[in-house]
Amino acid sequence: MTLVGAGLLLVSCAAGLALLMAMAPSARTRGFVSGALTCLVGLGGVLAGSAALLGSTWSATATHLLPLSQGELTVDRLSGLFVFLVGAVALATGVYSMGYPQAPRHVEGMVQPAHGTTSRTAQAALPLFAAAMVLVPTAGNVTTFLVLWELMALVSLALVLTEHRSRPEVGQAGIWYAAMTHAGLVAILLALVILSTEAGSESFAEIRDTAPALSSGTQSLVFVLSFVGFGSKAGLVPLHVWLPRAHPEAPSYVSALMSAAMVNLGLYGVLRVGFDLLGGGPRWWWLLVLGVGALSALYGVLQAMAATDLKRLLAYSTTENLGLIFVGVGAAGTFAATGQRTLAGLLMLAAVLHTVNHAAFKTLLFMGAGAVLRSTHLRDLDAMGGLARRMPFTTAFVGIGALAASGLPPGNGFVSEWLLLQGLIHSLPVSGTPDVAVAIVMPLAVGAVALTAGLGVATFVKAFGVGFLARPRSAEAAAAAEVPGTMRVGMAAAAVACGLLALAPLAPVRALESVLGVMPSIGDRRPVQGAVELRLSGITGSMSPLLIALGLAGGAVLATVVVRGLGSGRPRRTALVWGCGGTRLSPRMQYTATAYAEPLTRVFDDVLRPEHDVDVTHYQESRYLVESVRYRQRVSDRLETRLYPPLLAAANRWGQMARRLQDGSVHRYLAYGLVGLLLVLMALGVTA
Amino acid sequence: MAWPVAGVVLQVFVVVAGAPVLIALMRQVRARLEGRVGAGLSQPWRDLRKQLAKEPMAPDGSTVLFTTAPVVVLSSALLIAATAPFVSTTSPLDGMADLYAVVALLLVGSTALALAGLDTGSAFGGMGSSRTLTVAALAEPTLLVAGFALSVRVGSSNLASLVEHAQRAPSTIFSPATLLAAVALWIVVVAETGRLPVDNPATHLELTMIHEATILEYAGRDLAVVELGSAIRLVILLGLWGNLFLPWGVATTSTPGLLALGAIVFAAKVAVLGSVLAASEVLMAKWRLFRVPELLAGSFLFGVLAVSSSFFLA
Repeated sequence: MTLVGAGLLLVSCAAGLALLMAMAPSARTRGFVSGALTCLVGLGGVLAGSAALLGSTWSATATHLLPLSQGELTVDRLSGLFVFLVGAVALATGVYSMGYPQAPRHVEGMVQPAHGTTSRTAQAALPLFAAAMVLVPTAGNVTTFLVLWELMALVSLALVLTEHRSRPEVGQAGIWYAAMTHAGLVAILLALVILSTEAGSESFAEIRDTAPALSSGTQSLVFVLSFVGFGSKAGLVPLHVWLPRAHPEAPSYVSALMSAAMVNLGLYGVLRVGFDLLGGGPRWWWLLVLGVGALSALYGVLQAMAATDLKRLLAYSTTENLGLIFVGVGAAGTFAATGQRTLAGLLMLAAVLHTVNHAAFKTLLFMGAGAVLRSTHLRDLDAMGGLARRMPFTTAFVGIGALAASGLPPGNGFVSEWLLLQGLIHSLPVSGTPDVAVAIVMPLAVGAVALTAGLGVATFVKAFGVGFLARPRSAEAAAAAEVPGTMRVGMAAAAVACGLLALAPLAPVRALESVLGVMPSIGDRRPVQGAVELRLSGITGSMSPLLIALGLAGGAVLATVVVRGLGSGRPRRTALVWGCGGTRLSPRMQYTATAYAEPLTRVFDDVLRPEHDVDVTHYQESRYLVESVRYRQRVSDRLETRLYPPLLAAANRWGQMARRLQDGSVHRYLAYGLVGLLLVLMALGVTA
Repeated sequence: MAWPVAGVVLQVFVVVAGAPVLIALMRQVRARLEGRVGAGLSQPWRDLRKQLAKEPMAPDGSTVLFTTAPVVVLSSALLIAATAPFVSTTSPLDGMADLYAVVALLLVGSTALALAGLDTGSAFGGMGSSRTLTVAALAEPTLLVAGFALSVRVGSSNLASLVEHAQRAPSTIFSPATLLAAVALWIVVVAETGRLPVDNPATHLELTMIHEATILEYAGRDLAVVELGSAIRLVILLGLWGNLFLPWGVATTSTPGLLALGAIVFAAKVAVLGSVLAASEVLMAKWRLFRVPELLAGSFLFGVLAVSSSFFLA
């Protein structure tokens, strides 16, 4: 048995133990064991994934496991990447989840955390969810894939609903999530069923051989359906609506798992079906993917920029980052379709590297948001502030995550965004035949990526600056305290991963390059060379994240030493903030997140359409004297409020119409049975 | 190997020493055009010396970010001064940062100040911070698309390659693509350096200022570092614009004579560009903040046109 098999066995055993563990009487023990088992699942995933990334393959079949089919697991490098990624996220969140549920003891008179996180279902579901996600990319045939996919969806739904008794919004979020994930499942199911019927086999290995012979219409139908299904899991616009509802309402470690690991499986699906099973396909598929990706990136970042709920902001940021990833995938597919493999390889590398980077920093950021939520019971940025002094570790970790998420050097997000931009700007050849589609699409894609990057910086400066710096804006924030050790260890692990990815990206890049070999239209190639500098091969361009970080640090040391030497050396004094020569500024006068985003919200008014409410209360004695003014701004998701109500209304109408079929008359029901049987017999008679 | 390193040192020296002088020159040009005498070319250096001797202060409740932000601004600016081809294109550090990395490093400086502005806990700090990033976020697409237009003809976004290519083939400078990119980038330079009509560097009226509001709480040596860092950023942006669109004089081999010539030509270019910028400021007033996006959207259009014309008219 190879290391891959051993790792996956560990995953399955840990998931099985999770069900046993649920019988333990003490909630604390269960919480600890649940976290530990999640870690084991993660460890198994990391072992199996890294072995598969290094080239070992593994497959197993269980003939009688599934009815009408057989359970089949096959692991190649592409599966290995996602198994590793899910495993790593599960490892960090497992440690973190051990400390999450207990109420902080030293704060009196605060709301106890919802009972939900200590319920048996939630605790057993956590390792099971991680295990289902680790196993999805290892599925080797259509039935196994669909069963694991649905298992993942159901278990995550149970986890989203963890706190449904304490907050009614959780139930709403659960309904949205269930509906969207099953709509996605229908699309995936249709796509894979059509594919396996036409290809004559449901095993991925055989589909891979026969799929190129299918008609282009069938191939396109399969691709578009699967893109819709997997895109909804990846949170792409306009199927992203479940994300900003489910992520904020789930416990934070579940949000981390969903946002950093589960959405990536949507990407896995598109890569597996589009590049591997269907072997690349025509260019318009990938231009579609690129367009949807660019729209998602822009829409996601705009909503994140306007959001004041920290976890909602992070959820929209997931849509943004997955959008950027799909821009890379789409551009890679576009060039692969015309045989420009160097560019395709570079762009695909950028996309998968950004996937890894996003997983690292999004895990970290959701854990940080969870730490804040646990200490202050706040998600609203407008009420936070001053956490840097009260929660120094959490603040430092969130700072690292925010740096990465804003795509600035020396963060890890910068490396993959740089590679993506390099791929896009080299799309126009210095000399050669002009290609109008590329010449129009690529500059706009660069513009979209650039605007996303710029707004991303504003978003995360807002989240970090308003949330953690300056003075607390509410009593809850003022009473915040640092979270327990296990949670800090979980965050530290993710922060170290971010740091390694930022300073030494070449090691992961080497591993990721091998994944490209799985995709026949791109082929096995090494788009990036070099040791300290990232040098692009076949294209002139280089950049060194390590040297930039060292240069920044060196410059800072030099500047400090010189200024200290030249200056008077007087110690820094703490003084009151300047209050225009009069009043002492109260913490309420600080800029809030809403105020911070106001100029940009106003600039993008046409897209966001914020709703403003101004309530002016006058004194009873005189209408000319104002007692208080309340201002409220709400930015709702316009795609959700415009696109979905008509759809839901239509579904409702169909439901009402269907009621007429069922009027309680037994005779009518018997007639249905007879007519149905006759129709089936006629159909059989005609086709046989 | 020794001379390329000397080139880097010379370049950093010219940029750092010249930055306050450029500020003084621009103020002087403005003063003369407005009929005033002006304070002379050494006033910013005298200001810096005075600020270094004063007591630094930090607002109550602020964190370590407030005190490190000035250093980050200065060090990111110094890093660009060392890597970008200002005096010579033979810097041994050239491979570590291309045009896109330099743009990102500039944004690192703005971001550090924006965080510091929020960290003060003052309404002005937040206001300035929010506006700084609004302008920076909207300028980003133009910067990158114009950079795209420039790198298409060279096949690389490496700054030294861009400058050397323009020196070898001066005709490309007068191509429509390059001219459009020049206009787009000039608007971005004005926006990023906080000059009129985007921001008024001379204002101290709280409700209109952007950069000054962000750094309102700094005093003493912290203020000196912020001022020096901002001055260097101005030199960097003008210098980059100058070397990308007027590439003559930049040393392509590291000999003492060429390096010296490169330094002199660079100083002259930046001085002329700074004077033009200052003279144009006399003729216009600051715009409303919400008209600035129109300006930047216009510059983005120029950028896109530059890319497509580099492609269709090549």
